[in-house]
Amino acid sequence: MANGLGIKQTLKKLFSTPKKERATTAVRQGGWSLLLLVPYLLAFLTFIVAPVIAAIAFSFTDFDSIRNPNWVFLDNYIYLFTQDATFMQNILPNTLLFAVVVGPCSFILSFFLAWMLAQLPRIPRNILALLIYAPSIVSGVAVQVIWVTIFNGDASGFLNSILLSWGWISAPIQWLQDKDFLMMVMIIVTVWGSTGVGFLAMLSGILNIDPALYEAAYIDGMRNRWQEIRYVTLPSMKPQLLFGAVMSMVSTLQAGGIGVALSGSNPTPNYAGDLIVNHIEDYAFTRYEMGFASCVSVILLVFIFVLTKLVYRLFESNRKKQAKRIVIGEDGHPMIEREEKIR
Amino acid sequence: MRANRFQNNRINPTSFGTSQIRLFAILIPLSIILMLPILFVFTTAFKPADELFVFPPQFFVYHPTWDNFTRLFKEMSTSAVPASRYLFNSLLVALLTVVLSVVLSISAAYILSKKDFKGKKFLFDLNTLAIEFVPIAVSVPRFIIITKLGLTNLFVSNILPIIAMPVGLFLVKQFVDQIPDSLIEAAYLDGANELDILFRVIIPMTKPAIATIAILSFQSAWGNVEASTLYLTNESFKTFAYYITSFTSSNTSGVGQGMAAAATLIMFVPNLLIFIFMQSQVMDTMAYSGIK
Repeated sequence: MANGLGIKQTLKKLFSTPKKERATTAVRQGGWSLLLLVPYLLAFLTFIVAPVIAAIAFSFTDFDSIRNPNWVFLDNYIYLFTQDATFMQNILPNTLLFAVVVGPCSFILSFFLAWMLAQLPRIPRNILALLIYAPSIVSGVAVQVIWVTIFNGDASGFLNSILLSWGWISAPIQWLQDKDFLMMVMIIVTVWGSTGVGFLAMLSGILNIDPALYEAAYIDGMRNRWQEIRYVTLPSMKPQLLFGAVMSMVSTLQAGGIGVALSGSNPTPNYAGDLIVNHIEDYAFTRYEMGFASCVSVILLVFIFVLTKLVYRLFESNRKKQAKRIVIGEDGHPMIEREEKIR
Repeated sequence: MRANRFQNNRINPTSFGTSQIRLFAILIPLSIILMLPILFVFTTAFKPADELFVFPPQFFVYHPTWDNFTRLFKEMSTSAVPASRYLFNSLLVALLTVVLSVVLSISAAYILSKKDFKGKKFLFDLNTLAIEFVPIAVSVPRFIIITKLGLTNLFVSNILPIIAMPVGLFLVKQFVDQIPDSLIEAAYLDGANELDILFRVIIPMTKPAIATIAILSFQSAWGNVEASTLYLTNESFKTFAYYITSFTSSNTSGVGQGMAAAATLIMFVPNLLIFIFMQSQVMDTMAYSGIK
């Protein structure tokens, strides 16, 4: 299809379709077709939006799921930030560390795996993509079976028995009970299972890039793969990249059960592996303090919201820079402005 | 020289080239490392009892048996509801969820991407915000809403709460955005109505995204235990995932570990198969049409 169009048109569609032009056409008018939105909207509002609003409302009450809730206004929030030592000393730092390491690691890993895979022929690509994607399918159920056996704290643990036989350690390490190691193991396990949706989207994104763009860029002097990634691949797959970034961040912050599943105790030893989600679970289903649990949920939602805004901003500024660098020459080919020109 | 190099650097090549050797040299060992833990589940699931207890622990299985599977199903047949019923429930839930969530997402994505109306941006922002939705955070208000709607103890409570997938809508809309408006205009000029456009233009051009959300919704439905734990009291409506999860969490050592591995495999294999099936869809679509 693309081969029938000139490079100029293709590029225009990808990078520079003017908004005004689109808005005036019949395509953009809504009319009765808006009904197509209704089924989704109903399910969405009922099962996602309404519960979130209810959670926000509950966060200002002392709801305990038995008695009628009373308004306590900001009491829950004040308690969380001033009295709840576990939250401030363990949960919050753990969550930050976990998110800061796992989020970017899984994003970068997913991109480079997808980028390398996209340069392989179809059959080996499909096989390798399957192998790489598989951990994300199995990770939820298999934590206990796989990882607990590997990281088992006595000499029968896989890792311990290997390290012992190689003479690297003299006594088995309590990987899952030691507060210094538990977080490390949690990070490894989560990154292992993170090449999921984001990875798939990025792979589709790279494969969807018009080959004519690479061709044109090489004709106009693009010399190596780093330039290829910077000037063609990344700007052309921005939607998928953004998606991948949001997904890796969100799945990271939603991961909660992992510390408990690994260490086999709830809360984890010295709270070393407790994340915000565990705190919510703890208050909601162990102590039935739904009001306070809702308050923690709201904090988590706000936290994720702020991070997403940051990611969006990052991609937005990147896009502007990229747009400056790829320009359409008079002959209809894309040209890459030289670095010197930009400076 | 330059033309040559371009051929080698190409994305989605049709044949093997020497420049791919480096990529294989990185990717093959890496994917084997990523697969090792999963292979370990396979070997554990087929280990006889004496190999499960051996010291030092072994990766491979030397005398594979189906013992763990038969023991697992024997265990399941002692419960009030037969295992086949759980399995049937899970398959039905997964099928309906996939169909409904794909249809809902694609039609909503088309409207949000290609139509103008008041509140459009707000709706999409709200949806994007909802990707960050943490189900466990709102399980209590969700339960209250489902009770008020009278859905508790109905089979549909397995399905309805998960058919709206903000992630799915987001992903499909990103793809629909890349379809040129001129194509839709051309379809209008040829006399197409909205449904024609949806089924003949939008859906064929977003197959990769559709395959991806089908995989996602299958996974969320197949592994979903929320409904069985919170909304359903009738055992015969509960899902296989619920049974397996409650089983594995109480059996973690020795023979129990072998059975847990067998249970994990049973949960994993359908996911794997559906991915293999859908993956070829994704790649086929890429090779022959694509959004360009």
